[in-house]
Amino acid sequence: MTRYILNRLGQSAVILVLVSLIGFVVLNLAPGGPLSQFALTPGMSQAELDRIAEQLGLNRPLLVQYIDWFSRLFIGDWGRSFRDGQSVLAIIAGHLPATLLLMGTSTLVSILIGTWVGVMGAVRRYSVFDTLATVGAMVALSIPTFWFGLVAIYLFSLNLKWLPAGSMYTIGDQSIGDYAIHLILPVMVLAFVNVAIWSRYMRSATLEVIDQDFVRTARAKGLPYRRVLIHHIVRNALLPMITLAGLQLPTILGGALVTETVFTWPGMGRLFLDSIGYSDYPVIMGILMFSAILVLLGNLMADLLVGLADPRVRLG
Amino acid sequence: MTTAAAPLSVFATPAWYQNRTLRRFMRHRLAVMGTVMIALLIMACVFGPYLLPYDDLKIDIRHRFAAPFTGDHYLGTDALGRDTAARLLNAGRISLLVGFFAMVISTVIGASIGVIAGYYRGWLGAVLMRIVDAFLSFPSVFLVLVLAAFIKPNPIMITVIIAATSWMEIARIVETEIRSLRERDFILAARMIGASSRWIMFRELVPNAIGPIIVAATLTIAHAILLEAYISFLGYGIQPPLPSWGNMLNSAQQYLGKAPWLAIVPGLAITLAVASFNFIGDGLRDALDGRSDLK
Repeated sequence: MTRYILNRLGQSAVILVLVSLIGFVVLNLAPGGPLSQFALTPGMSQAELDRIAEQLGLNRPLLVQYIDWFSRLFIGDWGRSFRDGQSVLAIIAGHLPATLLLMGTSTLVSILIGTWVGVMGAVRRYSVFDTLATVGAMVALSIPTFWFGLVAIYLFSLNLKWLPAGSMYTIGDQSIGDYAIHLILPVMVLAFVNVAIWSRYMRSATLEVIDQDFVRTARAKGLPYRRVLIHHIVRNALLPMITLAGLQLPTILGGALVTETVFTWPGMGRLFLDSIGYSDYPVIMGILMFSAILVLLGNLMADLLVGLADPRVRLG
Repeated sequence: MTTAAAPLSVFATPAWYQNRTLRRFMRHRLAVMGTVMIALLIMACVFGPYLLPYDDLKIDIRHRFAAPFTGDHYLGTDALGRDTAARLLNAGRISLLVGFFAMVISTVIGASIGVIAGYYRGWLGAVLMRIVDAFLSFPSVFLVLVLAAFIKPNPIMITVIIAATSWMEIARIVETEIRSLRERDFILAARMIGASSRWIMFRELVPNAIGPIIVAATLTIAHAILLEAYISFLGYGIQPPLPSWGNMLNSAQQYLGKAPWLAIVPGLAITLAVASFNFIGDGLRDALDGRSDLK
């Protein structure tokens, strides 16, 4: 197990270096490079541009810049925003809770509903419910998240006036209930897609388990069906789902970005878009790296958890 | 899907195989429906704009926000009085073309990398697959947005950007497939008659892995259309006045209360196109997978 963990850690480290290289190359691909924002300012002379480049260390060779930037990542110096000079990590930390609240709630909701739909579909295979769930999931995966958000806003806030159209809380009223009301629509929109994905995988994972000998044994022992379903079938079918949850992280993060823009949710997605609008390179780079690291950690944790939870998995 | 397994013939001729594949595909009702939908959509986008009485860029301030099915504008008009139906069909040309070419480019990149990684394995394969992992660590919307924001967005660049961020899934699928195929006897035979590595990779291995590649490519079109819609909706994709399904939604957002059809119509078009490609991909998966009869 120790060897496996070390091996897995090494792999993640390699991917992390590659991720940082991709991010760095992408940002330096831009015409004008990281200075393009300053070049747009009227009355900016070349001499002044050169001074700014000097100040920010942008006139050094690319490799030196990269190594400098990459080593600073580890000591927590992620640079400062071009916009207001705040530290990048502090800005990200300020926007992270809103995104985590949205992602966490919707993931919880979609796991609960998705597990139920998937298990029911597998147990009553090819029934009307199963067919509807299969077709429904494929349609759900084809609906653009932001459009679904717009339709939801039109129906539930503009027409029925049941729910607020956006933002995280009402100014002056920040009670838990107020947060909850603002959460409903974005969570619903984000969970819609995730339920579809989760239920599909849960269905096939359940089908893998449902015909196995230990299930037949449990049934033959005379255990009630519900008990077999929950304790034997679902428990085992959920194991591969741990890996899936890790693999789905980028999709969920990306979905959160789009959902946040539609619902003016003050999280990382909004921050990312605003930063792109201002060509705020350090923040864009910071968010790209932060989300990739989050995804890497998520995958790593999922793999290690599966190893712990499932004694049959002993990858050397 | 519950029909008895067809007897497997080792000596199946290619023509017969194609027939069987087609037969399986035709049994998949949703896939057939998807194919018909896409065919109709393509025909509408190709010929529709010539048949409509209005041009997609014709501004008519006196008839702004006309509701669908009321006047002589079939799907109503937008904030500038432009005909929604004409814009929708012209946008469809752009969105479908971007989706199609992004699929072609990313399939070529993904399949090549997958074949090379799966064939050579070793350190080259490991490095290539770690690069795939690295790209997959970024939420694709983030990467596409950054690239689209920094590079002058015209339809060709948007296509390239989308392709550059959607080849990884195909690479993964192809790599797995090639890894198992390269151990088979026909590859040994090819090596024995002195075939070069390039011949083996692209003349022996790729044709045998074509099933999963086609399935993945079909799903990639769906993915690419969605990505284009996302970034155009956020304002970094196809730029107005050129219409695309995504940027029609961008301008519709502010008139959501006043003219909801401006948002509903393009969204339905995207959903229809993407769902159809997803259904076709699903049908192809069942049709091309020799084992699917046994399930």
